[in-house]
Parts: sequence; structure tokens; C-alpha cells
Amino acid sequence: MESFKPIDDSGIQKWSNANIENLYRRNKRFAEEVRKLIYKYTDKLVKIHGRDFKLKFMNFCGTHEWTTVHYGIRSLLPENVELVAGPGCPVCITPSFLIEHAIKLSLEGVRVYTFGDAFKLRAVKPVKDVRSLAEAKASGGNVTVVYSFLDALKDSYNYAKESLFLAIGFETTAPGYAIPLVNRLIPKNMYLLPALRLTPPAAEYAIMEAKKRSMPSIDGIIAPGHVSSITGAKPWDVVSRKLGIPAVISGFEPLDLLLSILELLRMILKGEVGVKVEYRRVVSWNGNVESLNAINTAFEVVDSPWRGIGFIDESGLEIRGVYSNYDSFKIFSLDKPSRISWRDDSLSGCKCTEVILGLAKPTECKLFLNGCSPSKPFGPCMVSSEGTCSIWARFGGYLNLKR
Amino acid sequence: MNKITLAHGAGGKETAELLEDIIFSRVKNELKKVKGGLGIDHPDDSALIPIGNGKFLVVSTDSYTVSPIFFPGGDIGKLAVCGSINDVLVMGGLPIAMLDTIVVEEGFPIETLKRIIDSIVEVLTAENVALIGGDFKVVPNGQIDKIFISTTGIGISEKPIVDLNIQPGNRIIVSGCLGEHGATIMALQHGLSVDVLKSDVKPLTGLFKPLMEHFPNAVKAAGDPTRGGLSMLLNNWARLSGNLIYIDESKVPLREPVRKYSEMLGVDPLHLASEGVAVLAVDEDVAEEVLEFIKSLGFHDAAIIGDVRRDEKFQGLVVSLSEIGGLRILEPPTGEIVPRIC
Repeated sequence: MESFKPIDDSGIQKWSNANIENLYRRNKRFAEEVRKLIYKYTDKLVKIHGRDFKLKFMNFCGTHEWTTVHYGIRSLLPENVELVAGPGCPVCITPSFLIEHAIKLSLEGVRVYTFGDAFKLRAVKPVKDVRSLAEAKASGGNVTVVYSFLDALKDSYNYAKESLFLAIGFETTAPGYAIPLVNRLIPKNMYLLPALRLTPPAAEYAIMEAKKRSMPSIDGIIAPGHVSSITGAKPWDVVSRKLGIPAVISGFEPLDLLLSILELLRMILKGEVGVKVEYRRVVSWNGNVESLNAINTAFEVVDSPWRGIGFIDESGLEIRGVYSNYDSFKIFSLDKPSRISWRDDSLSGCKCTEVILGLAKPTECKLFLNGCSPSKPFGPCMVSSEGTCSIWARFGGYLNLKR
Repeated sequence: MNKITLAHGAGGKETAELLEDIIFSRVKNELKKVKGGLGIDHPDDSALIPIGNGKFLVVSTDSYTVSPIFFPGGDIGKLAVCGSINDVLVMGGLPIAMLDTIVVEEGFPIETLKRIIDSIVEVLTAENVALIGGDFKVVPNGQIDKIFISTTGIGISEKPIVDLNIQPGNRIIVSGCLGEHGATIMALQHGLSVDVLKSDVKPLTGLFKPLMEHFPNAVKAAGDPTRGGLSMLLNNWARLSGNLIYIDESKVPLREPVRKYSEMLGVDPLHLASEGVAVLAVDEDVAEEVLEFIKSLGFHDAAIIGDVRRDEKFQGLVVSLSEIGGLRILEPPTGEIVPRIC
């Protein structure tokens, strides 16, 4: 019989001492001060460059986009400052061929572990009429949704038969796979299908792509806080200096973002490039050395394909030869496209690629909330809760409100 | 092939669309209500049937499938009775009677069933509501999960509160902290410890009876934010009336543990169910007075959280002022939020 303890008020007391939140989230007064400064700096820039002067800042993390939409950050900014979401959602950029491999193996009886987000991700080419791991499961495929890699490890250990983990993620997630690999904590019957990608090369690619297509340039980088907690600030300094635009590594509370935008404006006003860390409570210059060592031991950096985009130089991680007994590509002799054999894996009619690269807004896609919605997603950016389309649809980011 | 998904039962967008598509659109208009009353022509918390002398019979039905069936603050029995009582109350009705249907899985312990019935009877006794009928069925082991309960609440109203009457200028009042029930069930379903959470399930008679006596004309619309939470309720009101509803999120009463658990599990607390909170649209001239009165009834966390506005550009939408002063559209929840919550 279920029984419960009575409410413990001391616990509630403890909860309410959340100082970070009071400072960075529930702080309208501070937000108003920062907003005034943002307007002041923008006015200064307008005086120098004229009224039509526009600035575009790009974020590279789904959670930054969530904070932006959820707290109405865009409504607090001057007309001259635009925030756009860049490639910041790992599920959105996972190439279709990896999903197709996972579907095929699940239908052949290999237990495929996946996070919930990738469960509904649509493949471009159906495998035996099956287009997603969710459909594979409905058709009798062996698919298990897990909340963490650890849950999968435990389950696979008990399962003791061939199983595979669809290892999607950016730098933040990579140590979670690297540390168990290096320490040989993964059961012998479990293999990884890595879809691990690196953020700074994608940021560089997205910003260069805007230039190539003669789109308005990106003038500042809002760099991802949690990726940087692993990589450190250094890689963003390299990107910033190479592209000649400032970068600020931001935390995820609304005031973190406002402060980062303010800092970018200040840097532009002073003509500074390089990286500044707003998220100092978590991010250091050198990053998490232990995690980085594990990543370097387990994986090597390779040129990798991104969904809808194609190959980006040195933008992915592959399992090193010494750990090949955990590598699904080796164990199941899976095909891996090369730059030459790569075929575009965008879904027809879907503007996800442009949305991911910050070249289009979700509202510029004909399918947005018109055949593609959070309950019936079509494109990858609507599938993942970190996808820009999903965030705009669920939290009303599609209307331009100004205070 | 199109199949029913959990999202269809989450009380959000998908539920509304499915009901319109497969039920409402297939019933003749004149059969969507009893003449002179209110029914699925404008779905509200209860239906109204005129019974003469300007009075109405208020009828509401609901089914309950919560997992787990016992939770801090209540159980499926209390939830079922309170749910139907509240649906009658928010319609401006005074509950007088109830019917219940219980479907139990073979093998269910009779002791456990007794405990559930005890809580049903306890609420009915305290509320002085008669149990006038029902049904009891057993299905073979494995064909349902433990127990489903359906209740029909019946009340009388002299002055029904119909949500269609919401007007620009009305202030939005909530009677207490939101999302308590939803957060509790969600945490339990994730196997998390819920020492600091408790369902708010309770009848709202202590609020509505005195409120209707003291301010018979002030309340223009009323609802209880169950499935889909405050967000769903306000979106329904906005859509129904073609107005903009504006809320100040920093005014929305939320307890810290509800905030924390929601954040941890990635759910907007404004999408989470309450089972003992009323949301009211109140005449602006008396809104402050009504609020003080509600507080004096023991609803200390009650607050004015926003208002109804006429806005050509943002008709039918809910706009929220965030805690840092930004604006966003408050979307109705979509997808499965928390399955089997009530």
C-alpha cells in the first residue's frame, strides 16, 4: 500500500533560498537597468553608423533560444538588435543515415537505446516503410527510450544481448560517453552509434554561410554556456578572432542573456574582438580538463556530416581504433558517407536547414504550424524540444511583441 | 493510419481539435443543448438545463484515471468527487447530488476500494451532497490499470456563470497557488521524492458559496484550471471571447517546490493542473474588493494576475509579462504533458 509522509515545511523554507534565481531570473529591476544600458549603447552605435544600423547576434544553444522566447527577451531589445538561433540543437542536426541505421538494426532485433527527442526524428529514406524509431517500435522493432546513458548501461548489462546506444550530442554530452568508454565500464554487448558534433566549427560555418549567401552578417556570438563548461572559453576566442566578431559565453537565466547582449554591444562599440565569459559561475578558460582528456582518449576529431548541411571540417567525434569493439560502424559494418557519396538529407518542403543556420525564421517555413506542429512534427527542428521551431511553437515566439 | 495518442487526452490543443472533429461536428446544432440552456454548443465546465423560475439545473460529468491512485493530499476518490463538485460550482451552481461509476480491475484489493469509497463519502458528507446513483463494473485482470471512476455532479443555479460573458476590463483572479496537483503527480510518475509537494485537491464550496452571495454580479467567468493548467483555461477564454488576456507572471502565485520540479522536468508550471483553485474574471470596479473578500475566506494566496483587453492585433491570445519584464505569447499546452493526471 502506498503511504506518504506529511508535508515538511522546513524543506519549503530551504527551497526558497534560491539566490541565483532571485538574482538572474526574478529581478525585474536589474533587468530594467540592463535594458536601459542596452538602449544607451545601441543609441551610441546609431549615432555613429546611422539609423538604419542593424546588428544580428546568434546563439548556439537550444536552451538559449528557450530562455529568449520564454522570457520575452526579444521584446526588450531595440529594433536595431536582432537575436537569431543558430545550430544549437543536437537532435536537429543528426544526419538521417544514422537514424536509418538505428531503425534497421532495431528491426533486426538489436536493442536500440535512444533519448526521447530522437525517438520521433524522421529519417529521409524509410527502412522497410519505417521512418522513425517510434514507428520502428510500433512495428515490433527493439527500441527503448531512456532518460540517461547510465539507464541504458544498466539495462543493457541485464539484457546481455546485442544492444546499441544512439549517442547524440554536443561537447556537453560527449564526456558522458567518453568516461565510461575510457574506463571500460560499458558492457561487452553494447555498442555506440556516435552522432557527436562540435559547436565552434558549426558556429563558424553558419556565420560564413550568411556571408556566402550575401545575407545580413552576424555581428556577435552568444556562445553556449554548458558546451563551454567542457571546452573552456578558448575555442570561442579562436572563432571570434578568426571571424573578427565578438563572442560572449552566456548562462541560461534571462539576465545572463541580457548581460551577454549588453557586453556584445559594449565590445562592438569599443571595436573589441575575442571572447568574454558572462557565465563565470560555471565556465573557465581551459574548461573541464578531465572531461577533455577522456574525450581525446576515446574519440578523434573528424570531418562530419550535419543534417541538411553536409560536411563541416573537424566538426565531429569518432570512436578511436583502440575502442573499436564498442563502435557500431565496425561491429555491424555500417556504411558511412564520404564527402563524395553524401546526399542531401533535408525533408522536402521543410526549411529546417535554413532555420538551423539562422538564415530563416521558423515563420518563414510554409509548414510551420501548418502541417508541422509539436504534436505532429515533420521537420527535425519541430521534433526536438531544443529545436527552434518547437520552441517558437510551444512558447509563442512567432509573434513579434514589443513593450 | 491515424491513431489516438496520449496527447489527444491531455486536455490541450489536440483534445479540443479531436472533440470538435469527431463529436461536436457530428451532432445537430439543436441537439447540442437543451432549449434555453447551454451544452456542447459552447462547451463550458457544466451544462445548463432551464427548470423554470429563471433557475437552471447544472450538470457536469468527468472520468478519472490517475496514476498513482493514492498521492499526497488525496486519492482518486477524493479527486473524482471534488472534480465534479468544482465543475458545478464554477458554473455558479450549488451542488446537490452526485452519481458515480466505478470500473475496477479483477484482483483489486477490497480494502483499497473501501479506502477510496471512504474518501468519496467523506467529501460528500462534508459538502452535504447526496449520492443518488451510479454503476459498478469489474473487468478482467490486465484490461484496465486498477480503477477508473466517473462522476456526474448535479447542482442548481439561479445565476449561472457562463464563460461567454467575459468582457474587456475584467480582472483575472486566481484563488491560490497553481500547479500543485500536476506537479505532485508528475513527480510521482518520475519516481521522485515528493516530500515538499502535495496535491491541492479540495472542493471550492467555501469560496463560491459566500462569493456568489456577496457579489452575485461581479464574477463574469469562472473555471478551475485542471488539465492543461492556467494556460489552457485562459487560452479558452481568450479564444471564446475574441479578447486578449494579459497576465503578469510575477503575480502568479506558485510555490517554490512547484517551480523547482517543473523546471527539473521541463514542464511549464502554467501548464500543470490544479484541483482546488478557481480562476475568475471579475468586474474591474470591484476586483480589489472581491480579492480582499476571497482572502478573508482563507484563500491567502489569491491574487489579481492580469486582465482582459480588447486588442485588434492580438485577438484570442494570451500575452504574458515575464519575470524580467519581457512579453511572450502564452501558448496552450500541446503534446502529452503528464498522462493520467486526473
